[in-house]
Amino acid sequence: MKTKIEEINRNIYDIKNKDEYDFKIKKGLTPEIIKEISKQKNDPEWMKDFRLKALEVYEKLELPTWGPDLSELNMDEIATYVRPKSKITGNWNEVPEDIKNTFDKLGIPEAEKKSLAGVGAQYDSEVVYHSMKNELLEQGVIYTDMETAVREYPDLVKAHFMKCVPVYDHKFVALHGAVWSGGSFVYVPKGVKVEIPIQSYFRLNSPESGQFEHTLIIVDEGASLHFIEGCSAPKYNKVNLHAGCVELYVKDNAYLRYSTIENWSKNMLNLNTKKAIIGKNAKVDWVSGSFGSKISMLYPMSILNGEGANTEYTGISFAGKGQNLDTGFKVVHNAPNTSSIVNSKSISKNGGTATYRALVRVNENAKNSKVSVDCESLMLDDISRSDTIPVNDIKTDEVEFSHEAKIGKISDKSIFYLMTRGLSEEDAKAMIVRGFAEPISKELPIEYAVEMNNLINLELEGAIG
Amino acid sequence: MKNELLEINNLYVNVGEKEILKGIDLKINKGEVHVIMGPNGSGKSTTANAIFNNPEYTKMDGSIVFENEDITNLSPDEIARKGIFMSFQLPEEIPGISVINFLKTAKNKVTGEPVKIFKFKEEVKQKMNELQIKPEYSERDLNVGFSGGEKKKNEILQMLVLNPKLAILDETDSGLDVDAINVVSKGIEMFKNKDNAVLIITHNAKILKNLKVDYVHVLVNGKIVKTGGEEIIKDIEENGYKNYK
Repeated sequence: MKTKIEEINRNIYDIKNKDEYDFKIKKGLTPEIIKEISKQKNDPEWMKDFRLKALEVYEKLELPTWGPDLSELNMDEIATYVRPKSKITGNWNEVPEDIKNTFDKLGIPEAEKKSLAGVGAQYDSEVVYHSMKNELLEQGVIYTDMETAVREYPDLVKAHFMKCVPVYDHKFVALHGAVWSGGSFVYVPKGVKVEIPIQSYFRLNSPESGQFEHTLIIVDEGASLHFIEGCSAPKYNKVNLHAGCVELYVKDNAYLRYSTIENWSKNMLNLNTKKAIIGKNAKVDWVSGSFGSKISMLYPMSILNGEGANTEYTGISFAGKGQNLDTGFKVVHNAPNTSSIVNSKSISKNGGTATYRALVRVNENAKNSKVSVDCESLMLDDISRSDTIPVNDIKTDEVEFSHEAKIGKISDKSIFYLMTRGLSEEDAKAMIVRGFAEPISKELPIEYAVEMNNLINLELEGAIG
Repeated sequence: MKNELLEINNLYVNVGEKEILKGIDLKINKGEVHVIMGPNGSGKSTTANAIFNNPEYTKMDGSIVFENEDITNLSPDEIARKGIFMSFQLPEEIPGISVINFLKTAKNKVTGEPVKIFKFKEEVKQKMNELQIKPEYSERDLNVGFSGGEKKKNEILQMLVLNPKLAILDETDSGLDVDAINVVSKGIEMFKNKDNAVLIITHNAKILKNLKVDYVHVLVNGKIVKTGGEEIIKDIEENGYKNYK
């Protein structure tokens, strides 16, 4: 009873367009290259200086001494800026055909019509499409690409840009600061409830390149928003790099739900940084699905600064052959009556490694706080790996803390039971895995939940075609 | 027209290194109810698992024929598609899949035909009602958090929905209260007709009270030591297995 699926067909995700661009920076990382990117992007002076300072920090910082081995990453082999042959537009018909086709196949324009209040679509280093429904515009909501925000809302951007995630956080944040391009900026004014989600989609097409989009979201007091982020890339033989940065400012009594489904190709190093600063009685929900990439190091972080602030992390990762997905959640309780809930699941198969790495810090003043962590791993064979590495730093006694971790193998008894009901071994495994993932998939936006089930089926049944 | 459904010939089965079944012969025809009784460890559950080719059980010798076709080495799902069903002693809990979706998938896989969902749901609802399963259980995760009795009733529900030619009930009565046992035997009664057959594996006689049994086989130490009618049940109830060696 062995399933043998080496490489799955990732169909739509693997469609490669010709590597055509308007401008591609030469590979490597030097002050001259940074200046050229800055010039190409028409940065204001302060942003150029910021980039150059970030590069200095990058050069001083070391690679992380823990986690997956990143030695195959050679920045001299990566082009950090690729401008697509397209200007940003609010009309899909103005997007070049091959690029539009790609987003069509990913279902973005379709989802926009059916279930989204706004859409941004980035191709390589620049956003090629950005649009938002009029009623949100009338309510004062801002949703633009990051470059427009730098130009048109300099004060808002200066006050927040890389303040939540400072460049000295770690080496790849510094890299991001130096070469960032694209991404989305969202501002939701006080009291405005955005009922329908908005979505930004990031597609990397160019080989031996990187994507470094910056997402900055401010949800003002009493406002609410659901933001969805999707990302994918076709597979190449050499390494691609993704080092995006997400900064979320969620003010008093506000709510933000941040959903991600990541399906990078299996040559991608995904070294992404996401952080939220959360005010009084405000809440941030993270929903995260990680399927792709060769290596992921991704640990969204919530900083609970206001009294009564709370956060919930719901995440799943699926590590197949050759994948090392090192993901988890970090939370800092900085105020009384704050709470955090973690519900994490991972699946590993065909020698894949899935690690849950987490930090819970409860500071002295965070009296009467609650922390609940639940993580579960499922290994589908004997050659796959799963680890749980939690760090808990609790500085007060007045905290309610619970942590549960379960690591298990897919049960032969369960497979046999389902097979006696007519399911093939593959069907039985897929049913068990889908069921395992179900508490997470039901939190995802519906299109992504369907997509996740399809991905699981593809992974387990090895559909050809 | 032959009435023969199942034929087990000289079956030897090991679990690991240990020899459990030591040459079993059994014939089951359409319209019959068979019972295998025996003390703990005699090889009763092994018989059921061996018919279904559970990979934890190794067949050393012998063959299993179903409707004139050798099924000795078929995979469990192929065996299910031939029209055999097995109710488990300890049904597995499968989180994240609802009873109704599971039944729908299983029905589709066993028959190879698409399931008409509206009609199917009505049918399931009615069967659940007859088995005294609360309607909300159709949306609950399969067997997760079910009591022992609820799990067994769920097995009987699956049997009725999948409507096999041969139903094997492995210790379906163990650990049940009287009410649950009555519901289970009612389910068997609903299932039974002249074209199918039932093989009940049990170590006590309670479940058999309301059922008409055609053959009773006594399994001791991996061998069938006696085959007869309902009188054997009465004897075992009164005297245990001391008369069977």
